Amino acid sequence: MNNKMKIRAWIENDKTTVKAIIFHPMETGLRKDKKSGKPIPAHYITEVRCEHNGKSILNCMWGPSVSKNPFFSFRFTGAKPGDMLKISWVDNKGQAGGSEAKIS
Amino acid sequence: MLNNRRTLLKAGMATGTLAIATAAGLLTPRHVLAAWPEKAFKAKKYPDALQALTGTDQLTDSNSIKVKAPDIAENGAVVSVTVTTSLPNVENISMFVPVNAFPLSASYDMSTATDGFITGRIKMAKTSDVIAVVKADGKLYTAKKTVKVTLGGCGG
Repeated sequence: MNNKMKIRAWIENDKTTVKAIIFHPMETGLRKDKKSGKPIPAHYITEVRCEHNGKSILNCMWGPSVSKNPFFSFRFTGAKPGDMLKISWVDNKGQAGGSEAKIS
Repeated sequence: MLNNRRTLLKAGMATGTLAIATAAGLLTPRHVLAAWPEKAFKAKKYPDALQALTGTDQLTDSNSIKVKAPDIAENGAVVSVTVTTSLPNVENISMFVPVNAFPLSASYDMSTATDGFITGRIKMAKTSDVIAVVKADGKLYTAKKTVKVTLGGCGG
C-alpha cells in the first residue's frame, strides 16, 4: 500500500461528499514513445473500492480511457463525523494502493 | 500462551502461502476483488461493450438522468463528466464514449447508501456523445451529451 492519493470527505446536510484523486499514469497502451516509436504498454487502474466502516459504498471499474491521475467524486448517506473512509485500488499489472481519511 | 503462539504461527504460514500464490500469478489482486468485466472493457464497439456489460441493448431514454460535460473540450485527455440521476435504487452508473478505441470508460457499482451522483474525468479520442447508462430498480436507462473535442486524448 502506498499513499499516492488524496482523499477529502465531509458531511453537509446528512450527506457525505467524497473527493479523491489517485496518482497513476493510466497508460492506454495505444500511445507510442516519441523517441523509439515503440508502443507504451498499457498500465491503468481497473478497480477502486470505497468503504465506510467496512461496508462497501462504491465500487469503480475503470478502463484505460479514464484520465491520468484519476479524480472522482461521489456522495453517500449514513456517516458520522470522525468515521473512517477507506479507498483501495488495483491496476492491470497487479499493483495496488490505498489510503484512509477521516470524515469531517 | 502456547495456544496463542500456535495460532500465530499458523496464521503466519497461511499468509506466506497466499504471498507465494500471488507471486506465482495464481492469485492476482484483480481476482481477489470483485470481477472486473474484462469482456465489456475490451470490446471495440459500443453495442458490443453495452451487451457485454449489461447483457442487453434495450435501454430507455430518461429525463431523470443528467449528463454534465463541457460543450467544447479543448483537451480530450481530461474531460470532466458528471452523471446525476433522481431515479430510485440506483445500482450502477456507467459511462461510454462510442468513438474511443474501447468505448466503455467507467462503470460504478453503487450501494443503497450512495446517491445517484458520480463525477469522473475521462479521455475522448474525438468529438462524440458521452453516453450514461444507469441501472435502477433492475431496469436500464440512458442519457447522453455531445462533447466537441478539439485535441484528441487517446493516441499519439
